[in-house]
Amino acid sequence: MNPFSFSTSAEQTRALGPPLGLLAELTHRCPLQCPYCSNPLVLERAGGELPTEIWLDVLEQAAALGVLQLHLSGGEPTLRPDLDEIVALAAKVGLYASLITAGVLLTRERLEKLAALGLDHVQVSVQDAEPGNADRIARHAGGHAKKIEVARWVRTLKLPLTVNAPVHRQNISNLPAIIDLAVDLGAQRLEVAHVQYYGWALHNRQALMPTRRQVLDSVELVERARERLKGVLVIDFVVPDYYARRPKPCMGGWGRGSINITPSGRALPCHAAETIPGLLFDNVRDKRLADIWLHSDAFQRFRGTDWMPQPCRSCELRTVDWGGCRCQALAFAGDAGLTDPACAKSDLHAAFTQIAEAEASEPARELVFRNPRAGRDVEVGRR
Amino acid sequence: MSGKPSRTVMAPASVPALARHVKMRHDKVRNRWVILAPERVFTPDAVAIAVLQLCDGKRSVEAIAVALEQTYNAPKERIIGDILPMLQDLADRGVVTA
Repeated sequence: MNPFSFSTSAEQTRALGPPLGLLAELTHRCPLQCPYCSNPLVLERAGGELPTEIWLDVLEQAAALGVLQLHLSGGEPTLRPDLDEIVALAAKVGLYASLITAGVLLTRERLEKLAALGLDHVQVSVQDAEPGNADRIARHAGGHAKKIEVARWVRTLKLPLTVNAPVHRQNISNLPAIIDLAVDLGAQRLEVAHVQYYGWALHNRQALMPTRRQVLDSVELVERARERLKGVLVIDFVVPDYYARRPKPCMGGWGRGSINITPSGRALPCHAAETIPGLLFDNVRDKRLADIWLHSDAFQRFRGTDWMPQPCRSCELRTVDWGGCRCQALAFAGDAGLTDPACAKSDLHAAFTQIAEAEASEPARELVFRNPRAGRDVEVGRR
Repeated sequence: MSGKPSRTVMAPASVPALARHVKMRHDKVRNRWVILAPERVFTPDAVAIAVLQLCDGKRSVEAIAVALEQTYNAPKERIIGDILPMLQDLADRGVVTA
């Protein structure tokens, strides 16, 4: 045995420990309108956002609780003028701070200031490698060119760069060019993330769902690129589970490794958790983070294996995938407590796969772009 | 410009250092050392910690092995044979450079 072996966070112990990561959704406001946004359909207004002092207090609590990684996200986090103070506090309390940004609002001066204050890492999203299609998907003219400029500033400032590329049927044919773009920009890491179908993406699923062939091709392409780019670019790959046989270990298990804070301060086990009816969420305005992590109804409900139905409860993989995704069980099976339909052991698996295949084979319908009015319309239409 | 980025290949004469954006620090809550990198938390074992604490951008892999000879009561050749694959793996993950 090699005595120098490393274990990664993915191999975390089975006992419940403190969270490793905290995703701070500083705002839902965003200049882009990507039709697969992970924010909820009903977006928080600026007036409902947490004030600076609460964010600073929450991050101090997080560090004391054992959080190591802080993801400053949104919406577009650079819309918050207090991002600078938040980054400075994160550096002071020893949180590894990543800025997850669309980039389009950043100036070089602001990025320099954030770097000087202790920002550790920048993740810039791209919607495609082809500028016209990228701007169409984000519904933001000139956005792609600005992102490229920002990504180059990140490297000039010697900050590590991740390129985040959500992929779907309307850009997946450009995956080789997206990989080349990440290398050209000097990124250390590329996240190729097949769109996950909750919220906005679920509403646009037909227009986004790739074919099985496209998914398999993307898997092969990423495998080859990983080999070719070993030591140059780390590629993290999120596969769409509609064509999978086993569910993904969503969030590394419900309430096991990370905590999301919404712009208004609600603490969630994952960003789509608010779609599940009947869960009670605590707010960091009212309760301490440690108390929420250990006792909040929303975190306790699907934590561990006690909540599991059969066949999950007796499945040998129950502490590997932790039952997959509760939001997907809700969205497809109508009950968040059922087996994730992505699992081949689910009674609904065949129907789940067939829907993906049927939708992907039809011409893509028009996309509904993410913005506050469209979100309200979709919600009203559902009632 | 130096052209396209290329893979770091570790050899006994290589001089490894933690990558600029990587932080190694003691995690008080879990009472262990951790290495923090973009979207990654590594938990090195005791021997890896000893090696990484010697990766100062001045010592070569060979010099690190010599420094560890007494601690681990093994000849430097054997230690080099053990630590080279580890450092290569860490270089491929972007944790160390040389």
